[in-house]
Amino acid sequence: MNLTIKTLKIKQQSVIPGFGITMGISLLYITLLVLIPISMVFIKSSSLGLKNFLDIALSTRVTASLKISFGTSLLAAAINTVFGLLLAWVLQRYSFPFKKIIDGLIDLPFALPTAVAGISLTTLYAPNGWIGRFLEPLGIKVSYTPLGITVALIFISFPFVVRTVQPVLQSIDREVEEAAACLGASRFQTFCKIIIPELFPSIITGFALSFARALGEYGSVVFISGNMPMRTEITPLLIRTKLEQYDYAGGTAVAAIMLIISFVMLLAINLFQWWAVNRHKFILQ
Amino acid sequence: MCILLLISALTGCGSTKNVQNSTITLLNVSYDPTRELYQEYNEAFVKHWKEKTGQTVTVQQSHGGSGSQTRTVIDGNEADVVTLALAYDINSINKNKELINKEWQKRLADNSTPYTSTIVFLVRKGNPKNIKDWDDLVKPGIQVITPNPKTSGGARWNYLAAWGYALKKNNNDSEKAKNFVQQLYENVPVLDSGARGATTTFVERGLGDVLIAWENEAFLSINELGKDKFEIVIPSMSILAEPPVSVVDSVVDKKGTRKVAEAYLQYLYSDEGQEIAAKNYYRPRNQNIEKKYAAQFPKINLFTIDEVFGGWSKAQQEHFSDGGVFDQIYIKK
Repeated sequence: MNLTIKTLKIKQQSVIPGFGITMGISLLYITLLVLIPISMVFIKSSSLGLKNFLDIALSTRVTASLKISFGTSLLAAAINTVFGLLLAWVLQRYSFPFKKIIDGLIDLPFALPTAVAGISLTTLYAPNGWIGRFLEPLGIKVSYTPLGITVALIFISFPFVVRTVQPVLQSIDREVEEAAACLGASRFQTFCKIIIPELFPSIITGFALSFARALGEYGSVVFISGNMPMRTEITPLLIRTKLEQYDYAGGTAVAAIMLIISFVMLLAINLFQWWAVNRHKFILQ
Repeated sequence: MCILLLISALTGCGSTKNVQNSTITLLNVSYDPTRELYQEYNEAFVKHWKEKTGQTVTVQQSHGGSGSQTRTVIDGNEADVVTLALAYDINSINKNKELINKEWQKRLADNSTPYTSTIVFLVRKGNPKNIKDWDDLVKPGIQVITPNPKTSGGARWNYLAAWGYALKKNNNDSEKAKNFVQQLYENVPVLDSGARGATTTFVERGLGDVLIAWENEAFLSINELGKDKFEIVIPSMSILAEPPVSVVDSVVDKKGTRKVAEAYLQYLYSDEGQEIAAKNYYRPRNQNIEKKYAAQFPKINLFTIDEVFGGWSKAQQEHFSDGGVFDQIYIKK
């Protein structure tokens, strides 16, 4: 046992040489592209002073928009998690005609400019649209309501769960399942006790990615939301209205609040994931 | 063969390079609905300038929301001339650093606005809800489509037109005007972020009974989307929308393009420039040309922003800044 670890260590060092240089480049790259732009948000908004900052952050319109943004993003991420898992399952476990094409289609929402997505979804779900005209008599309004925002967010953050779960599902050994079956587990038990724990970290990652992506979305949502203050106004739009009035500090203040909240939420999600992974390891031991 | 191709390519490159050296490039940063107008005008100006001086000018156009276009100029987009939707936007270019002479609005005739427009209504064919004037827009059950004044310069003209009407009707009682505008916005089911978006909502999605729009946009929608579907309703009173133009002093001085940039804007006031504006549904300043197009532009009782609101900066501060009247309308609910 000890021996294998030692050889592994030596191997690692020889496979990835030049740690100093690569680490340096990585840090520089992250600083230039991520840390400096994000710190600008805080530097710009710090010119306001704490009181003004809180006044802006806690104003009724901002809190209403935060509720809508976070609520619809969470809902969209949750729906994507369920259906993303289902899709990954079908694509990985079964073979059927046009499987490769369907697999390829999943990435399309990434390639499509979000404004185009927003406009086509609005056209579909507007009261006179192809789908909207059938929903209208049932009393379901999609375009220009929070439901419409959720639909747009589901669309743009759709690929994440599928693409994070798929490779893990692929790497699960069939033998483990067969062993479980040999030991007398039912299919349902195998699924719950063997497959789900294995997939769980990747599901959480997919959920977190979907959520984060949905939160910052602007292009597709402005078309379908109707942008009514207090009802369907998302936070990114509010930031834009502030910029449109040349109120850079106010805009970045709202952005900073959004960043802080999402940072806390992503941290919580990651902690949960860490807990899930460790619990899983614990069981194996 | 290959060598021949290479040589011809090289000489080709060389010759275009020579031409480029003697051409002047102007960048006109403008807002969305002027795209068609400046396409036509640029051709005319290029021809005019070539005949007058022998120089070849190419004019590049950039279009977008008026506010975002302004920000690109503030942030260093080297526009030789700006032709925006509101004087407030041009004033804002000087916010951090003086890029344009403070007296810019006095440098050209008519407040530096070579053409004007106004705010009218677009309704569905036959006017099923019988909308004739501003009062009809606040009636219960009428759906009004107008973009968000916080994100759209054009929408600010719409808002101020309604406010000005209510003010004049109620003997300058601003409380009553506020109620009127509030009622109007209660009838708005969707606040698009820009004027073109609002037009799409009304025209393509079939939402709403009336679209508040710039006159030139209303004409364009009718021409593009069919005369059999929509008609224009002229209210009894409206605002004189004055989209201003200016040279960006810091840029033209740096690039040495002041002479041609100034001529570019001045030519907008020429007969040809005015005619092109009228053809693109902007009201010309030149009275002879206006007479020629009288059938297209019916007379309306128009008020200006200076006489009713005391200028753009004041209107912006009072109505559209955070916590201003427009915010109060929505927070109250």
